[in-house]
Amino acid sequence: MRGRDILFAVLLGLGIWQALVIITDAPHFILPSPWRVAQAMVKSWEVILQNAWVTGLEVVLGLILGTLLGAATAIQLALSKTAERLMLPILVFTQAVPVFALAPLLTLWFGYGIGSKIIMAVLIIYFPVTSAFHDGLTRTGQGYRDLAQSMGAGKYQFMRHIQIPNALPSLGTGLRLAAVYAPIGAVIGEWVGASKGLGYLMLLANGRAKIDLMFAALIVLACLTVLLHLAVGKLADRLAKVAQGR
Amino acid sequence: MIQAPAITLSGTHTIGDRALFTADMTLPARQWTALLGPSGVGKSTVLRLILGLETGGAFEGDIAASDGASLDGRISYMAQSDLLLPWLSVLENAVIGARLRGDTPDMDRARALLDRVGLASDADKKPGALSGGMRQRAALVRTLMEDRPIVFLDEPFSALDAATRADMQELAADVLADRTVLLVTHDPAEAARLAHQIIVLSGQGVTTWDTPAAAIPRDIQDPETIACQMRLFTHVRAAAA
Repeated sequence: MRGRDILFAVLLGLGIWQALVIITDAPHFILPSPWRVAQAMVKSWEVILQNAWVTGLEVVLGLILGTLLGAATAIQLALSKTAERLMLPILVFTQAVPVFALAPLLTLWFGYGIGSKIIMAVLIIYFPVTSAFHDGLTRTGQGYRDLAQSMGAGKYQFMRHIQIPNALPSLGTGLRLAAVYAPIGAVIGEWVGASKGLGYLMLLANGRAKIDLMFAALIVLACLTVLLHLAVGKLADRLAKVAQGR
Repeated sequence: MIQAPAITLSGTHTIGDRALFTADMTLPARQWTALLGPSGVGKSTVLRLILGLETGGAFEGDIAASDGASLDGRISYMAQSDLLLPWLSVLENAVIGARLRGDTPDMDRARALLDRVGLASDADKKPGALSGGMRQRAALVRTLMEDRPIVFLDEPFSALDAATRADMQELAADVLADRTVLLVTHDPAEAARLAHQIIVLSGQGVTTWDTPAAAIPRDIQDPETIACQMRLFTHVRAAAA
Protein backbone atom coordinates (compact mmCIF):
# COMPACT_ATOMS: atom_id res chain seq x y z
CA MET A 1 0.00 0.00 0.00
CA ARG A 2 2.70 2.50 1.01
CA GLY A 3 4.96 1.47 -1.85
CA ARG A 4 2.10 2.04 -4.28
CA ASP A 5 1.38 5.47 -2.75
CA ILE A 6 5.00 6.53 -3.18
CA LEU A 7 5.07 5.31 -6.79
CA PHE A 8 1.86 7.20 -7.47
CA ALA A 9 3.23 10.40 -5.89
CA VAL A 10 6.43 10.16 -7.97
CA LEU A 11 4.44 9.65 -11.18
CA LEU A 12 2.18 12.56 -10.28
CA GLY A 13 5.20 14.81 -9.68
CA LEU A 14 6.75 13.81 -13.00
CA GLY A 15 3.42 14.41 -14.72
CA ILE A 16 3.08 17.94 -13.30
CA TRP A 17 6.69 18.66 -14.25
CA GLN A 18 6.17 17.47 -17.83
CA ALA A 19 2.92 19.43 -18.04
CA LEU A 20 4.72 22.61 -16.94
CA VAL A 21 7.37 22.04 -19.61
CA ILE A 22 4.66 21.73 -22.27
CA ILE A 23 2.46 24.58 -21.05
CA THR A 24 5.22 27.15 -20.51
CA ASP A 25 7.09 26.02 -23.60
CA ALA A 26 10.29 26.96 -21.74
CA PRO A 27 13.59 26.25 -23.51
CA HIS A 28 15.46 23.23 -22.18
CA PHE A 29 18.23 25.39 -20.67
CA ILE A 30 15.61 27.02 -18.44
CA LEU A 31 13.37 24.08 -17.56
CA PRO A 32 14.50 20.72 -18.91
CA SER A 33 11.96 17.92 -19.29
CA PRO A 34 12.09 14.87 -16.98
CA TRP A 35 13.30 12.82 -19.90
CA ARG A 36 16.29 15.14 -20.54
CA VAL A 37 17.19 15.07 -16.84
CA ALA A 38 17.03 11.27 -16.85
CA GLN A 39 19.37 11.22 -19.83
CA ALA A 40 21.79 13.60 -18.07
CA MET A 41 21.67 11.37 -15.01
CA VAL A 42 22.57 8.30 -17.03
CA LYS A 43 25.28 10.10 -19.00
CA SER A 44 26.98 11.70 -16.00
CA TRP A 45 26.27 9.02 -13.38
CA GLU A 46 29.93 8.68 -12.46
CA VAL A 47 30.37 12.40 -11.71
CA ILE A 48 27.09 12.55 -9.83
CA LEU A 49 27.94 9.51 -7.74
CA GLN A 50 31.41 10.83 -6.84
CA ASN A 51 29.97 14.14 -5.69
CA ALA A 52 27.00 12.51 -3.94
CA TRP A 53 29.47 10.39 -1.98
CA VAL A 54 31.27 13.53 -0.76
CA THR A 55 28.05 15.29 0.23
CA GLY A 56 26.76 12.12 1.90
CA LEU A 57 29.96 11.83 3.89
CA GLU A 58 29.76 15.47 4.98
CA VAL A 59 26.15 15.07 6.06
CA VAL A 60 26.63 11.80 7.96
CA LEU A 61 29.81 12.94 9.71
CA GLY A 62 28.17 16.28 10.52
CA LEU A 63 25.14 14.46 11.88
CA ILE A 64 27.21 12.17 14.08
CA LEU A 65 29.48 14.94 15.39
CA GLY A 66 26.62 17.39 15.86
CA THR A 67 24.56 14.81 17.74
CA LEU A 68 27.45 13.87 20.01
CA LEU A 69 28.22 17.52 20.75
CA GLY A 70 24.56 18.43 21.21
CA ALA A 71 23.89 15.45 23.49
CA ALA A 72 27.00 16.16 25.57
CA THR A 73 25.97 19.81 25.94
CA ALA A 74 22.43 18.85 26.93
CA ILE A 75 23.73 16.47 29.60
CA GLN A 76 26.12 19.07 30.94
CA LEU A 77 23.34 21.68 31.07
CA ALA A 78 21.00 19.27 32.84
CA LEU A 79 23.69 18.35 35.39
CA SER A 80 24.68 21.86 36.35
CA LYS A 81 22.26 24.66 37.20
CA THR A 82 25.12 27.16 36.79
CA ALA A 83 25.95 25.90 33.31
CA GLU A 84 22.25 26.07 32.46
CA ARG A 85 21.96 29.68 33.64
CA LEU A 86 25.10 30.81 31.82
CA MET A 87 24.87 28.76 28.64
CA LEU A 88 21.18 28.73 27.73
CA PRO A 89 20.93 32.47 26.97
CA ILE A 90 24.14 32.25 24.91
CA LEU A 91 22.79 29.28 22.99
CA VAL A 92 19.52 31.06 22.28
CA PHE A 93 21.39 34.20 21.24
CA THR A 94 23.60 32.30 18.79
CA GLN A 95 20.41 31.14 17.11
CA ALA A 96 19.78 34.77 16.13
CA VAL A 97 22.84 34.58 13.86
CA PRO A 98 21.84 32.95 10.57
CA VAL A 99 24.25 30.04 10.23
CA PHE A 100 24.33 30.60 6.45
CA ALA A 101 25.98 33.97 7.05
CA LEU A 102 28.85 32.14 8.70
CA ALA A 103 29.55 29.94 5.67
CA PRO A 104 32.11 32.26 4.02
CA LEU A 105 33.92 32.61 7.33
CA LEU A 106 34.00 28.86 7.86
CA THR A 107 35.41 28.35 4.38
CA LEU A 108 38.06 30.96 5.11
CA TRP A 109 38.99 29.29 8.37
CA PHE A 110 38.69 25.61 7.50
CA GLY A 111 39.37 25.61 3.77
CA TYR A 112 37.68 24.25 0.68
CA GLY A 113 37.74 20.61 1.81
CA ILE A 114 34.97 18.70 3.53
CA GLY A 115 36.02 20.03 6.96
CA SER A 116 34.22 23.36 6.61
CA LYS A 117 31.07 21.61 5.34
CA ILE A 118 31.03 19.17 8.23
CA ILE A 119 31.39 22.07 10.65
CA MET A 120 28.56 23.88 8.87
CA ALA A 121 26.32 20.83 9.27
CA VAL A 122 27.38 20.46 12.92
CA LEU A 123 26.54 24.11 13.64
CA ILE A 124 23.15 23.90 12.03
CA ILE A 125 22.02 20.76 13.91
CA TYR A 126 23.74 21.46 17.22
CA PHE A 127 20.95 23.62 18.62
CA PRO A 128 17.94 21.45 17.71
CA VAL A 129 19.64 18.36 19.18
CA THR A 130 20.76 20.17 22.34
CA SER A 131 17.40 21.80 22.85
CA ALA A 132 15.28 18.68 22.32
CA PHE A 133 17.48 16.40 24.44
CA HIS A 134 17.87 18.97 27.23
CA ASP A 135 14.10 19.32 27.31
CA GLY A 136 13.73 15.56 27.76
CA LEU A 137 16.46 15.35 30.40
CA THR A 138 14.93 18.07 32.56
CA ARG A 139 11.44 16.64 32.25
CA THR A 140 12.14 13.59 34.41
CA GLY A 141 9.03 12.93 36.52
CA GLN A 142 8.91 14.16 40.12
CA GLY A 143 8.13 10.59 41.23
CA TYR A 144 11.45 9.32 39.87
CA ARG A 145 13.26 12.25 41.49
CA ASP A 146 11.67 11.56 44.89
CA LEU A 147 12.42 7.86 44.66
CA ALA A 148 16.04 8.49 43.67
CA GLN A 149 16.48 11.04 46.43
CA SER A 150 15.08 8.65 49.04
CA MET A 151 17.55 6.04 47.79
CA GLY A 152 20.48 8.41 48.14
CA ALA A 153 21.19 8.54 44.41
CA GLY A 154 24.28 10.30 43.10
CA LYS A 155 23.61 12.95 40.47
CA TYR A 156 25.72 11.23 37.79
CA GLN A 157 24.12 7.84 38.47
CA PHE A 158 20.67 9.43 38.34
CA MET A 159 21.61 10.96 34.99
CA ARG A 160 22.92 7.67 33.64
CA HIS A 161 20.28 5.26 34.90
CA ILE A 162 17.13 7.40 34.79
CA GLN A 163 17.40 10.77 33.06
CA ILE A 164 19.18 9.66 29.88
CA PRO A 165 17.09 6.54 29.14
CA ASN A 166 13.95 8.51 29.98
CA ALA A 167 14.94 11.28 27.51
CA LEU A 168 15.79 8.99 24.57
CA PRO A 169 12.49 9.76 22.76
CA SER A 170 13.31 13.48 22.96
CA LEU A 171 16.77 12.81 21.53
CA GLY A 172 14.97 11.00 18.70
CA THR A 173 12.88 14.13 18.05
CA GLY A 174 16.05 16.22 17.86
CA LEU A 175 17.63 13.70 15.49
CA ARG A 176 14.65 13.85 13.14
CA LEU A 177 15.08 17.63 12.88
CA ALA A 178 18.83 17.26 12.48
CA ALA A 179 18.39 14.86 9.56
CA VAL A 180 16.43 17.56 7.72
CA TYR A 181 18.88 20.37 8.52
CA ALA A 182 22.23 18.63 8.07
CA PRO A 183 22.07 18.38 4.23
CA ILE A 184 21.11 22.08 4.06
CA GLY A 185 24.23 22.96 6.02
CA ALA A 186 26.51 20.82 3.87
CA VAL A 187 25.13 22.11 0.57
CA ILE A 188 25.35 25.76 1.61
CA GLY A 189 28.94 25.14 2.62
CA GLU A 190 29.57 23.70 -0.83
CA TRP A 191 27.99 26.67 -2.55
CA VAL A 192 30.27 29.08 -0.76
CA GLY A 193 33.44 27.29 -1.71
CA ALA A 194 34.20 23.70 -2.62
CA SER A 195 35.71 21.52 -5.29
CA LYS A 196 33.49 18.50 -4.65
CA GLY A 197 29.96 17.68 -3.60
CA LEU A 198 26.46 17.92 -5.04
CA GLY A 199 26.18 21.61 -4.16
CA TYR A 200 29.40 22.26 -6.03
CA LEU A 201 28.21 20.18 -8.99
CA MET A 202 24.96 22.17 -9.14
CA LEU A 203 26.84 25.48 -9.26
CA LEU A 204 29.23 24.13 -11.86
CA ALA A 205 26.44 22.80 -14.06
CA ASN A 206 24.55 26.07 -13.69
CA GLY A 207 27.60 28.05 -14.79
CA ARG A 208 27.93 25.93 -17.89
CA ALA A 209 24.21 26.12 -18.66
CA LYS A 210 23.88 22.36 -18.13
CA ILE A 211 20.55 22.77 -16.40
CA ASP A 212 19.63 19.13 -16.96
CA LEU A 213 22.73 18.06 -14.97
CA MET A 214 21.85 20.59 -12.28
CA PHE A 215 18.38 19.06 -11.99
CA ALA A 216 19.89 15.58 -11.88
CA ALA A 217 22.17 16.59 -8.98
CA LEU A 218 19.22 18.21 -7.22
CA ILE A 219 17.13 15.04 -7.51
CA VAL A 220 19.96 12.90 -6.18
CA LEU A 221 20.36 15.32 -3.27
CA ALA A 222 16.63 15.07 -2.51
CA CYS A 223 16.85 11.26 -2.62
CA LEU A 224 19.83 11.34 -0.24
CA THR A 225 17.89 13.53 2.18
CA VAL A 226 14.84 11.29 2.05
CA LEU A 227 16.95 8.18 2.67
CA LEU A 228 18.66 9.89 5.59
CA HIS A 229 15.30 10.99 6.96
CA LEU A 230 13.95 7.43 6.77
CA ALA A 231 17.05 5.95 8.42
CA VAL A 232 17.06 8.49 11.23
CA GLY A 233 13.31 8.03 11.63
CA LYS A 234 13.90 4.31 12.20
CA LEU A 235 16.59 5.12 14.76
CA ALA A 236 14.28 7.58 16.54
CA ASP A 237 11.52 4.94 16.68
CA ARG A 238 14.00 2.48 18.11
CA LEU A 239 15.05 4.99 20.81
CA ALA A 240 11.41 5.56 21.76
CA LYS A 241 10.83 1.81 22.00
CA VAL A 242 13.90 1.30 24.18
CA ALA A 243 12.58 3.93 26.59
CA GLN A 244 9.20 2.19 26.69
CA GLY A 245 10.87 -1.17 27.32
CA ARG A 246 9.65 -2.69 24.06
CA MET B 1 18.91 -5.66 60.72
CA ILE B 2 19.48 -2.46 62.66
CA GLN B 3 16.86 -1.82 65.33
CA ALA B 4 14.02 0.26 63.92
CA PRO B 5 13.42 3.48 65.90
CA ALA B 6 10.23 5.34 66.70
CA ILE B 7 9.71 8.68 64.98
CA THR B 8 8.11 11.80 66.37
CA LEU B 9 6.87 14.77 64.41
CA SER B 10 5.48 17.90 66.01
CA GLY B 11 4.99 21.27 64.46
CA THR B 12 3.06 23.31 61.93
CA HIS B 13 3.29 23.15 58.19
CA THR B 14 2.40 26.24 56.19
CA ILE B 15 2.02 26.84 52.49
CA GLY B 16 2.35 30.52 51.69
CA ASP B 17 0.74 32.07 54.80
CA ARG B 18 -1.94 29.38 55.17
CA ALA B 19 -1.39 26.73 57.83
CA LEU B 20 -1.94 23.29 56.27
CA PHE B 21 -1.88 21.35 59.53
CA THR B 22 -0.57 21.36 63.05
CA ALA B 23 0.42 17.90 64.13
CA ASP B 24 1.97 16.09 67.04
CA MET B 25 2.40 12.41 66.31
CA THR B 26 4.55 9.45 67.18
CA LEU B 27 5.17 6.47 64.94
CA PRO B 28 5.90 3.65 67.41
CA ALA B 29 9.05 1.59 66.81
CA ARG B 30 8.64 -1.63 64.80
CA GLN B 31 4.92 -1.06 64.32
CA TRP B 32 2.59 -0.04 61.52
CA THR B 33 0.98 3.38 61.74
CA ALA B 34 -1.80 4.19 59.29
CA LEU B 35 -2.32 7.85 58.42
CA LEU B 36 -5.82 8.75 57.24
CA GLY B 37 -7.57 11.98 56.39
CA PRO B 38 -9.50 13.74 53.65
CA SER B 39 -7.76 14.50 50.37
CA GLY B 40 -5.60 17.62 50.47
CA VAL B 41 -5.21 17.64 54.25
CA GLY B 42 -1.49 16.94 53.95
CA LYS B 43 -1.07 13.18 54.53
CA SER B 44 1.56 12.86 51.84
CA THR B 45 3.18 16.07 53.10
CA VAL B 46 3.78 14.43 56.50
CA LEU B 47 5.50 11.57 54.74
CA ARG B 48 7.56 13.86 52.50
CA LEU B 49 8.59 16.00 55.48
CA ILE B 50 9.99 13.03 57.38
CA LEU B 51 11.63 11.75 54.19
CA GLY B 52 13.26 15.14 53.65
CA LEU B 53 11.64 15.67 50.24
CA GLU B 54 10.46 18.97 48.76
CA THR B 55 6.94 19.86 50.01
CA GLY B 56 6.33 23.27 48.49
CA GLY B 57 5.80 24.76 51.97
CA ALA B 58 7.58 25.49 55.22
CA PHE B 59 7.60 23.32 58.35
CA GLU B 60 8.28 24.67 61.77
CA GLY B 61 8.84 22.08 64.46
CA ASP B 62 10.75 18.91 65.19
CA ILE B 63 11.17 15.60 63.43
CA ALA B 64 13.28 13.11 65.33
CA ALA B 65 14.07 9.43 65.74
CA SER B 66 13.90 7.83 69.19
CA ASP B 67 17.54 6.70 68.99
CA GLY B 68 18.70 10.27 68.43
CA ALA B 69 20.37 9.46 65.11
CA SER B 70 19.58 11.22 61.84
CA LEU B 71 16.81 9.79 59.66
CA ASP B 72 18.89 10.35 56.52
CA GLY B 73 19.26 7.15 54.54
CA ARG B 74 17.21 5.09 56.99
CA ILE B 75 13.83 5.29 55.26
CA SER B 76 12.74 3.55 52.10
CA TYR B 77 9.71 4.72 50.24
CA MET B 78 7.03 3.21 48.05
CA ALA B 79 4.49 5.37 46.23
CA GLN B 80 1.04 4.80 44.73
CA SER B 81 2.61 4.74 41.29
CA ASP B 82 5.04 1.82 41.12
CA LEU B 83 7.74 4.03 39.51
CA LEU B 84 9.29 1.02 37.79
CA LEU B 85 11.62 2.05 34.98
CA PRO B 86 10.01 0.72 31.79
CA TRP B 87 13.36 0.14 30.01
CA LEU B 88 14.76 -2.14 32.73
CA SER B 89 13.87 -5.73 33.55
CA VAL B 90 12.08 -6.50 36.81
CA LEU B 91 15.38 -7.74 38.29
CA GLU B 92 17.25 -4.60 37.25
CA ASN B 93 14.43 -2.48 38.65
CA ALA B 94 14.73 -4.32 41.96
CA VAL B 95 18.41 -3.35 42.27
CA ILE B 96 18.12 0.22 40.96
CA GLY B 97 18.83 1.66 44.43
CA ALA B 98 22.34 0.17 44.49
CA ARG B 99 22.94 1.29 40.90
CA LEU B 100 21.87 4.83 41.74
CA ARG B 101 24.34 4.90 44.64
CA GLY B 102 27.09 3.51 42.42
CA ASP B 103 27.28 0.28 44.48
CA THR B 104 27.46 -3.28 43.21
CA PRO B 105 23.97 -4.72 43.51
CA ASP B 106 23.31 -7.99 45.33
CA MET B 107 21.65 -9.96 42.52
CA ASP B 108 21.23 -13.15 44.56
CA ARG B 109 19.31 -11.31 47.24
CA ALA B 110 17.14 -9.63 44.60
CA ARG B 111 16.35 -12.99 43.01
CA ALA B 112 15.53 -14.48 46.42
CA LEU B 113 13.16 -11.60 47.23
CA LEU B 114 11.50 -11.82 43.80
CA ASP B 115 11.01 -15.51 44.52
CA ARG B 116 9.46 -14.66 47.88
CA VAL B 117 6.83 -12.39 46.29
CA GLY B 118 6.16 -14.90 43.51
CA LEU B 119 7.95 -13.09 40.69
CA ALA B 120 10.84 -15.54 40.23
CA SER B 121 9.83 -16.46 36.70
CA ASP B 122 9.22 -12.82 35.75
CA ALA B 123 12.65 -11.47 36.71
CA ASP B 124 13.73 -10.88 33.12
CA LYS B 125 10.45 -9.36 31.91
CA LYS B 126 9.96 -5.64 31.39
CA PRO B 127 7.41 -3.94 33.69
CA GLY B 128 5.12 -3.32 30.71
CA ALA B 129 4.51 -7.06 30.50
CA LEU B 130 3.22 -7.29 34.10
CA SER B 131 -0.20 -6.78 35.68
CA GLY B 132 -0.80 -3.96 38.18
CA GLY B 133 -0.48 -6.31 41.14
CA MET B 134 2.75 -7.84 39.83
CA ARG B 135 4.19 -4.38 39.25
CA GLN B 136 3.42 -3.38 42.86
CA ARG B 137 5.07 -6.60 44.06
CA ALA B 138 8.17 -5.69 42.02
CA ALA B 139 8.10 -2.21 43.59
CA LEU B 140 7.83 -3.84 47.02
CA VAL B 141 10.93 -5.91 46.27
CA ARG B 142 12.76 -2.75 45.22
CA THR B 143 11.72 -1.19 48.56
CA LEU B 144 12.91 -4.28 50.47
CA MET B 145 16.24 -4.30 48.62
CA GLU B 146 16.99 -0.99 50.32
CA ASP B 147 16.84 -2.88 53.63
CA ARG B 148 16.03 0.20 55.67
CA PRO B 149 14.61 -0.03 59.21
CA ILE B 150 11.84 2.45 58.38
CA VAL B 151 9.45 2.06 55.45
CA PHE B 152 6.97 4.65 54.17
CA LEU B 153 4.10 3.52 51.98
CA ASP B 154 2.12 6.24 50.20
CA GLU B 155 -1.18 4.64 49.15
CA PRO B 156 0.73 1.81 47.50
CA PHE B 157 -2.25 -0.51 47.01
CA SER B 158 -5.00 1.98 46.16
CA ALA B 159 -4.92 1.38 42.40
CA LEU B 160 -5.27 -2.40 42.73
CA ASP B 161 -8.43 -4.49 42.49
CA ALA B 162 -9.88 -5.71 45.81
CA ALA B 163 -8.51 -9.25 45.72
CA THR B 164 -5.01 -8.20 44.63
CA ARG B 165 -5.04 -5.48 47.25
CA ALA B 166 -5.85 -7.98 50.03
CA ASP B 167 -3.01 -10.22 48.80
CA MET B 168 -0.57 -7.32 48.71
CA GLN B 169 -1.58 -6.21 52.22
CA GLU B 170 -0.81 -9.67 53.58
CA LEU B 171 2.47 -9.87 51.70
CA ALA B 172 3.55 -6.41 52.89
CA ALA B 173 2.62 -7.16 56.53
CA ASP B 174 4.70 -10.32 56.30
CA VAL B 175 7.83 -8.91 54.67
CA LEU B 176 7.83 -5.62 56.59
CA ALA B 177 7.42 -7.14 60.08
CA ASP B 178 9.71 -5.56 62.71
CA ARG B 179 10.12 -2.32 60.78
CA THR B 180 8.65 1.05 61.63
CA VAL B 181 6.06 1.52 58.91
CA LEU B 182 4.01 4.58 58.00
CA LEU B 183 1.13 3.76 55.67
CA VAL B 184 -0.68 6.68 54.09
CA THR B 185 -4.10 5.49 53.01
CA HIS B 186 -7.63 6.74 52.42
CA ASP B 187 -9.14 3.32 53.02
CA PRO B 188 -10.47 2.70 56.58
CA ALA B 189 -10.58 -1.04 55.86
CA GLU B 190 -6.89 -1.08 54.99
CA ALA B 191 -6.03 0.88 58.13
CA ALA B 192 -8.11 -1.44 60.33
CA ARG B 193 -6.41 -4.50 58.82
CA LEU B 194 -2.81 -3.43 58.87
CA ALA B 195 -2.17 -0.78 61.50
CA HIS B 196 -1.10 -1.06 65.13
CA GLN B 197 -1.98 2.59 65.46
CA ILE B 198 -4.24 4.79 63.35
CA ILE B 199 -3.79 8.54 63.04
CA VAL B 200 -6.47 10.69 61.45
CA LEU B 201 -5.15 14.00 60.19
CA SER B 202 -7.44 17.00 59.74
CA GLY B 203 -7.06 20.77 59.59
CA GLN B 204 -7.68 20.82 63.35
CA GLY B 205 -4.86 18.43 64.18
CA VAL B 206 -4.45 14.72 64.75
CA THR B 207 -6.69 12.12 66.35
CA THR B 208 -5.09 8.84 67.38
CA TRP B 209 -7.14 5.64 67.23
CA ASP B 210 -6.66 2.34 68.94
CA THR B 211 -6.87 -0.78 66.88
CA PRO B 212 -7.96 -4.35 67.60
CA ALA B 213 -5.52 -6.45 69.61
CA ALA B 214 -5.15 -9.16 66.94
CA ALA B 215 -1.83 -9.42 65.09
CA ILE B 216 -1.59 -7.93 61.59
CA PRO B 217 -2.64 -8.60 58.91
CA ARG B 218 -6.00 -8.98 60.62
CA ASP B 219 -8.71 -11.17 59.16
CA ILE B 220 -11.08 -9.11 57.00
CA GLN B 221 -14.06 -10.87 58.59
CA ASP B 222 -12.91 -10.45 62.18
CA PRO B 223 -15.78 -8.61 64.00
CA GLU B 224 -13.41 -6.33 65.89
CA THR B 225 -11.65 -5.34 62.69
CA ILE B 226 -14.98 -4.61 61.02
CA ALA B 227 -16.14 -2.58 64.02
CA CYS B 228 -12.91 -0.56 63.99
CA GLN B 229 -13.30 0.04 60.28
CA MET B 230 -16.90 1.23 60.74
CA ARG B 231 -16.08 3.65 63.56
CA LEU B 232 -13.22 4.99 61.52
CA PHE B 233 -15.38 5.35 58.44
CA THR B 234 -18.04 7.28 60.39
CA HIS B 235 -15.40 9.57 61.89
CA VAL B 236 -13.68 10.26 58.57
CA ARG B 237 -17.02 10.95 56.93
CA ALA B 238 -18.11 13.34 59.68
CA ALA B 239 -14.74 15.10 59.51
CA ALA B 240 -15.08 15.57 55.76
CA ALA B 241 -18.61 16.95 56.01
